[in-house]
Amino acid sequence: MLNERRQAVQIKGVKDGLLVTLGEGAWADLEVVLLQTVDERAVFFKGARVTLDVGNHIIRAAELGALRDRLSGKGITLWAVISSSLVTEQNAQVLGLATRISTPRPERTIKPLDTNPEGQAAIFVQRTLRSGFKVSHHGHIVVLGDVNPGAEVIAGGSVVVWGRLRGVVHAGAQGDDKAVVCALELDPMQLRIAGHVSAPTKRKGKLAPEVARIENGQVIAEPWNPKGK
Amino acid sequence: MAATVATITSGKGGVGKTTTTANLAVALAMGGKKVICIDGDIGLRNLDVILGLENRIVYDLVDVIEGRCRLRQAMIRDKRLPELYLIPAAQTRDKNAVSPSDMVRLCDELRPEFDWVLIDSPAGIERGFRNVLAPADLVIVVTNPEVSAVRDADRIIGLVEAEEKGPARLIINRLNPNLVRRGDMLNPEDVLELLAIELLGIVPEDEHVVVGSNRGQPVAMDSKSKAGEAFHNIARRLNGEKVPFLNLDQKEDFFHRIARMMRSGGN
Repeated sequence: MLNERRQAVQIKGVKDGLLVTLGEGAWADLEVVLLQTVDERAVFFKGARVTLDVGNHIIRAAELGALRDRLSGKGITLWAVISSSLVTEQNAQVLGLATRISTPRPERTIKPLDTNPEGQAAIFVQRTLRSGFKVSHHGHIVVLGDVNPGAEVIAGGSVVVWGRLRGVVHAGAQGDDKAVVCALELDPMQLRIAGHVSAPTKRKGKLAPEVARIENGQVIAEPWNPKGK
Repeated sequence: MAATVATITSGKGGVGKTTTTANLAVALAMGGKKVICIDGDIGLRNLDVILGLENRIVYDLVDVIEGRCRLRQAMIRDKRLPELYLIPAAQTRDKNAVSPSDMVRLCDELRPEFDWVLIDSPAGIERGFRNVLAPADLVIVVTNPEVSAVRDADRIIGLVEAEEKGPARLIINRLNPNLVRRGDMLNPEDVLELLAIELLGIVPEDEHVVVGSNRGQPVAMDSKSKAGEAFHNIARRLNGEKVPFLNLDQKEDFFHRIARMMRSGGN
């Protein structure tokens, strides 16, 4: 039993605190084992900053929040969650948890991507992004909903917003200046494509769908023309 | 009885969470409901002052949670409205004195005895916010028609959705119809378009609110003021009634304008 448990929950000291790795099994069981382990070694865990590596488990935000609250009740700060599941990662970010323990500095050197942009993976976000939410992905991002002021969308490729874009958007974040940003209403707080930044003034009234791209080293936005040029 | 636990929150400070909590509690109690308010702002308590119950505090929320008194001993009954109770916050402690699971347990104990449990929340999105969000069945977000307040409300609504406590409902507080008409204040439609949640009510800016808060007599107790009327309408909407929204856009007629000029000049 103890052995099994040791396999389910592994604890390691890292630079940023304790790294707790959860093994295979149902999430509910793992959570129980984790809390038992914490209780048994209460003195060791008291006041600890914990990073949880949940592998490929898909964990809902409410479950993560509940776990964080229970841990904080025991004097433990859950500050980061590492997961290979994009959903879990996003849920952790929604709760304001870190998802990477030693953040590698983003590479500043602008290098053209050797992958064909058309072949890049895209993620589909079917919800309105409210203030404080951040979606980042190395490929394209499609949002079905609004991007409110205070929200951020950062894509290695292009960004398509089927809704109002009023937050901060960065397309081609790894240097791809062929990336574009499209929105039904393009009214961003700040729009970045590759290394170019533009902070458009607030727009009033009803807006038509537009596409922003880089042309001659400048960010330009033009009405979306379905027939092409 | 099985109470609905409603948490009143905003993210930004100073938009009128506590005033709204006090007035909704009064309005619900005047409508014949049994109501208890809990002040979740441990360390910076205010709700007792606005309800005029400050001098009757013996035990507080933290005393109940740490077992120094029974729940009943911390419940202050309002003598003006016998169906209204308050559990005050501790002033000498901080938010860490209470955990989210403590709040859930407390509310579960109150549920069978009341129709409404209203929780006033602290500003911010940290521990104090998580404490008051945990037990909520319903989250009421209060905002002002100002860009910064709306931005914070948007963030709070997102956090509420993430904790699967949504959809939150909205109260727009301190709307000044004259400023809106001149285009100097955000329009309620703009606010709703951005936040995209159900509107519970709009409370106009009203000096009676400040006067009432200072006297410990929430404006909802006085039926004559516009803001008081708005709070009563919100309380009725919370009970499932369909109540039309107040028409705040009345043109001042000549006599009112003269009366107002005399009032402001004559003091």
